[in-house]
Amino acid sequence: MRRLGRVGMALVAGLFALTLIVALFELPEPVVRLADEVAANMPASGVEHPVTAVLLNFRGYDTLLEIAVLLLALLATLAVVPEAGLPMTEADGEPVLQTVAQIAAPLIVLAAFYLLWAGAHRPGGAFQAGAVLAAGAVLLRLAGVVPGWVRPGSRLRAGLAGGFLVFLAVAAGLLVGGRLLEYPEDAAGVLILLIEASLTFSLGLILAGLFLFHSGDRT
Amino acid sequence: MTSGMVFAATGAVLFAMGVAGVVLLDHLMRRILAFNLMGSGAFLVLVGTAQRDGSVDPVPQAMVLTGIVVAVAATALAITLARRLYTLSGRTELSGTDDD
Amino acid sequence: MTDPLVWLIVLPLVWASVAFLLGPSRGARLAVAGLGFQLLLALDLTRMLMTGGPRRYAVGGWGAPLGIDLFADGLSAIMLLLVQSIALLLAIYARSYFKPGAASRHFWPMMGFLVAGMNALFLAADLFNVYVTLELVGLAAVGLVAAGGEAAQLAAALRYLFATLVGSGAYLLAVALVYGTYGTVAIETLAPLIDARPPLAVWLAGALMLAGLLVKSALFPFHFWLPPAHGGAPAPVSALLSALVVKATFYLILRLWLGPFAPLAAAAVWLPSVLGCVAILWGSIMAIRTRRLKLLVAYSTVAQLGYLFLIFPLLAPDGIALQAGVLQAVAHGLAKSAMFAAAGVLIIASGRDAVEGVAGAAQHLPLTLFAFALAGVTLMGLPPSGGFLAKWLLIDAALLQGQWWLAAVVIAGGLLAAVYVFRVLRQAFLIVPENAVIAPVPRVLEWATFVLAAASVLLGLGGMEIVRLLGVGAPT
Repeated sequence: MRRLGRVGMALVAGLFALTLIVALFELPEPVVRLADEVAANMPASGVEHPVTAVLLNFRGYDTLLEIAVLLLALLATLAVVPEAGLPMTEADGEPVLQTVAQIAAPLIVLAAFYLLWAGAHRPGGAFQAGAVLAAGAVLLRLAGVVPGWVRPGSRLRAGLAGGFLVFLAVAAGLLVGGRLLEYPEDAAGVLILLIEASLTFSLGLILAGLFLFHSGDRT
Repeated sequence: MTSGMVFAATGAVLFAMGVAGVVLLDHLMRRILAFNLMGSGAFLVLVGTAQRDGSVDPVPQAMVLTGIVVAVAATALAITLARRLYTLSGRTELSGTDDD
Repeated sequence: MTDPLVWLIVLPLVWASVAFLLGPSRGARLAVAGLGFQLLLALDLTRMLMTGGPRRYAVGGWGAPLGIDLFADGLSAIMLLLVQSIALLLAIYARSYFKPGAASRHFWPMMGFLVAGMNALFLAADLFNVYVTLELVGLAAVGLVAAGGEAAQLAAALRYLFATLVGSGAYLLAVALVYGTYGTVAIETLAPLIDARPPLAVWLAGALMLAGLLVKSALFPFHFWLPPAHGGAPAPVSALLSALVVKATFYLILRLWLGPFAPLAAAAVWLPSVLGCVAILWGSIMAIRTRRLKLLVAYSTVAQLGYLFLIFPLLAPDGIALQAGVLQAVAHGLAKSAMFAAAGVLIIASGRDAVEGVAGAAQHLPLTLFAFALAGVTLMGLPPSGGFLAKWLLIDAALLQGQWWLAAVVIAGGLLAAVYVFRVLRQAFLIVPENAVIAPVPRVLEWATFVLAAASVLLGLGGMEIVRLLGVGAPT
């Protein structure tokens, strides 16, 4: 009986995929062309890459909430994981791995900085840079070079929440003169750079924390 | 048949596979992977259909970036819960009442 | 002074982050202060709406469809008032409820993000923005359920997480289809574009959104995740979830049904009500049968949510069914949060989560028992409570349109609710032996519970005010 239910569900999924593909081929021409509107407003946006402009200016409110989602995932992780961390295997004293990780770490940081800077002109930006930083931290943890994180102390908490708070401060600060996230034209570029830099740092910590808080000290 | 439509059609298939996976599979890690498949499918549909006539549209690309971050957050939470459940009880599946 | 709209979203984000900075288990007073201020903001917004009509706010100054808009009308204001008032009372309750430990670690920041997400959801006017707020609310809810829990609670949280992610995933695909068809996701821009014969992709999008949001609203048969999650979490968390989180997705269904997807709604109009009827009957029967107290209250939520979905075939320009649905959402929110709060007090006192454990409550915890009974009055639909007003309007709308069977289901649901409420009350009047252990309970808990329950009953007297507020920018 259960078997029949599973086959049925799989058939429904297949049928749905087919219907969806048919629907996709029958789409008419779109009525609204946002690409043109973005291009028209680029000079006022403060950055030169359209995706960054959409992410941090035109639809910056979505970005604000998505950072909240990420910080929330970290909070939930901290709430679930016991204070001593979860058991994890160590790469105990594998010298080659550790050396490679230690050589790679500064290069990873450099790559992250480049991605952050490049985001103004080509694909890149705070999220990509933060993810690369986090990957570096995970690599160091897996190689056994850095210990896992236990309860975050006040400085680590400040780092984790700092990027979001800077973003909120800028967004709310702009409320005084105009609307939420309404950058004044001359200051837009500088504010966006400030937000992106602090986000990179915090995102690196948050994403790294999503892994590192699992693996506290083995004591 | 532009490249956008190929992506969109692939996204449709991936989405269906992902949903079927979350609903039908038993092992928690496989279900989490299926969820990621589902999310990637939806993103492909979003970007593919918006750019089906070959034009470049930054708005869906930014939306997908946001979606990826949200999916990462959800995946991380799911993995944390699954790991903790495994540590506490040795279970790698949700048993009992009808799993949907 | 700037728009209260925006501060209702920014303020909880700020105090949630600061609560995190302060450290684990800290931030209770900050939360109470923040929520109190937010309640004032919501009242201010209501005043502005009553005098000036619906408000639209273009974030970033760009305006839809390039930017993201916020929109507030009577319906948003009612939901915002509901969230701020229940959250404030539950925050006062939770402050005394939690002993320092794993369950309360990071409760306050997570609660802050939950409230911020819900406020943002009720003010959203952009389909993709709604997706992000849905995820914020969903992950916060899962985090609150899972916090510091044992294996059973974690399994419940995981089941909830998978259900909510499938729901959001379906919603996201629908947004993708809408953007592919029309090139925008702003609700205001979309409304005139969707006509009576849209492309197949838009039909699929409507179906996907409805299905995804129904899963997140725990409508039968997608209710399977709710009883373990709401029944297993700490009492303040269960109260927040049952009273508020499930109403958020109902609000979205209503908003989309009456707004951009209105031309498509006629096709699906009977599905929610049929499922709602089954939910009322099935949920009530399970509540009557279960031995655990919180699980009884959770099954009651499954049943009461069914009432909300009965209104869809009855929606008409006279607005009665819409008023009934919104009043039911508000009354149930207040009553269910009171019921979970009362259950929390009774469980602390008796030391176990069982209906049998309620014995002796009439002697030792009369205020809490009274609150439970008042909440039960609303669930049963007895006058003069808010629940009575809502069900009365619902039966009125059903009879006006000749749907006798809907009215019969509503009455049957009320009778079944009486059965499970009296199950608890009858147990409470049993005399316990003198040496029974009754743990002391902080008075704050009892008073917070009582205020919530009294509000749900007094709602019936002030119900017409809500109906008037609903009329501001009424969707129908």
